[in-house]
Amino acid sequence: MADAGLRIAVPRGGLFGETMDVLDRLGIDTAEVRANDRKLLFPEAGIITMRPSDVVTYVEAGAADVGIVGKDVLREQSEREVYELVDLGFGACRMIYAVEAGEDRAAEALRRLGVMRIATKYPRIAADFFARTGRQVEIVEVKGSVELAPLTGLVEGIVDITQTGTTLRENGLVIREELFASSARMIANPVSYRVKAAAIDAVVERLRADHDG
Amino acid sequence: MIHPVPSGTRDVLPDEMRELRAITEAMRAVLDADGYGEIQTPALEYESVLRRGDPEAGRPAYRLFDESGRVLVLRSDMTIPIARVVATRYPSAEPPLRFSYFAHAYRSVRPQRGEAREQLQAGIELVGAPGAEGSAEALTVLCRTLDAAGLADYRVGVGDAGLFPALLDALRVPMGSRRALLRELVTRDFVGLRREVEALHLPADHAERLLAVPQLRGGVEVLEAAGDAASGMRELHGLLTPEVAARVIFDLGLVRELGYYTGAIFEVYDTAIGVPLGGGGRYDDLLGRFGRPLPAVGWALDVERVHSAAVGER
Repeated sequence: MADAGLRIAVPRGGLFGETMDVLDRLGIDTAEVRANDRKLLFPEAGIITMRPSDVVTYVEAGAADVGIVGKDVLREQSEREVYELVDLGFGACRMIYAVEAGEDRAAEALRRLGVMRIATKYPRIAADFFARTGRQVEIVEVKGSVELAPLTGLVEGIVDITQTGTTLRENGLVIREELFASSARMIANPVSYRVKAAAIDAVVERLRADHDG
Repeated sequence: MIHPVPSGTRDVLPDEMRELRAITEAMRAVLDADGYGEIQTPALEYESVLRRGDPEAGRPAYRLFDESGRVLVLRSDMTIPIARVVATRYPSAEPPLRFSYFAHAYRSVRPQRGEAREQLQAGIELVGAPGAEGSAEALTVLCRTLDAAGLADYRVGVGDAGLFPALLDALRVPMGSRRALLRELVTRDFVGLRREVEALHLPADHAERLLAVPQLRGGVEVLEAAGDAASGMRELHGLLTPEVAARVIFDLGLVRELGYYTGAIFEVYDTAIGVPLGGGGRYDDLLGRFGRPLPAVGWALDVERVHSAAVGER
């Protein structure tokens, strides 16, 4: 990215490995970034690394020209002004609404109390989903393992992402509804999108060719 | 002891004030020389009057009641107040009319985003100068103003609010599908735009154009790709001096939030900062709503961002 004059924000997390692979295919030397998981800023490669949910913040502010981020994170922060340019295809997962297996305590709460409690790391996505589908909910925002919340009686249901559903099953949860499918996206800062149009388009073109091919 | 001010507002102390003043004075000299007389309007207006301009646009964030219970708002931009001034104070003056302003506008902020609640804007309104000629004058004055402010690396994005609708017409996209396409464009989501376009099952070459054209931005060469839909922008380009044209990035996907734009739209960038410095465009229907139907074009710059960009460029 550095030779194209672009700085890219890369998420440390589930998307990290495949993001590195993509950057390798773009001809960026990621060896140092892969080898060094404490360092955050890699000026020679034009890479900055961060927590996934911070990628949109840095790109919106122009601290990075482009970034790679899951659609789940992007959608939770949909008010942020960034361009969503390419679906990179990897990091596929689904945003789902799940409850404990067996008797549906969420439906029961909704019927008896008129409201159900939902734990999630995605409060805006969850609130929007239940508002759109006409159900009254209280959102409980948690930062760690969401599966724990219904098992301990904190809430009746959860909204979270799942890849294979294994963690849900192992914790005795079943998927009731699917909200949307997510995957990694390439995003761009609105000013960089114009003033560095040629560099960004070159990257986008190669990523699309890569993905479609 | 700390006595806080509301987030998104701040005090400006003499050292910074001197620098801001130097910028605004330099801008004022250019605008004065170009015949844009400076005007002032009240920060407080009747909500019912501003709403006439655009029920969506202004979106005033601060409403209060006066002594007799009428609803007052703090202005959220200067364009609608100046439209009011033109209709009430210049009901028969011979156009074109040229105004400039240096005034605070008040916006709501999204929490923890570092956004300004109170924004010092410098801007112009050029009233009664229709079409590409009016837009070219506004763009030229914009570049002269940015030059005077000391910016070297600024660019001006130029789009056309009518371009995408014209493209939809040309490609015979069914009316019922257009809103979904526009929504993806307004939210800057080209992945979503691709999904919506694919769902339309248009002929392959039409689908490709519908996806490619809004992503084109660059010099005058990108206007060729848009065909007839970009004829207005080509005319505008023909009227620009080489210095101004060199600053322009034609952007066929540029859309601005305010609903009152009808033609050319502008957005100002500087490589030194990640957010636009300002913007504007043509709003040919706005003055008619106040009873003096005249085409108009204008722009506003956020003076503090211009200052940050000037500092960042050094």
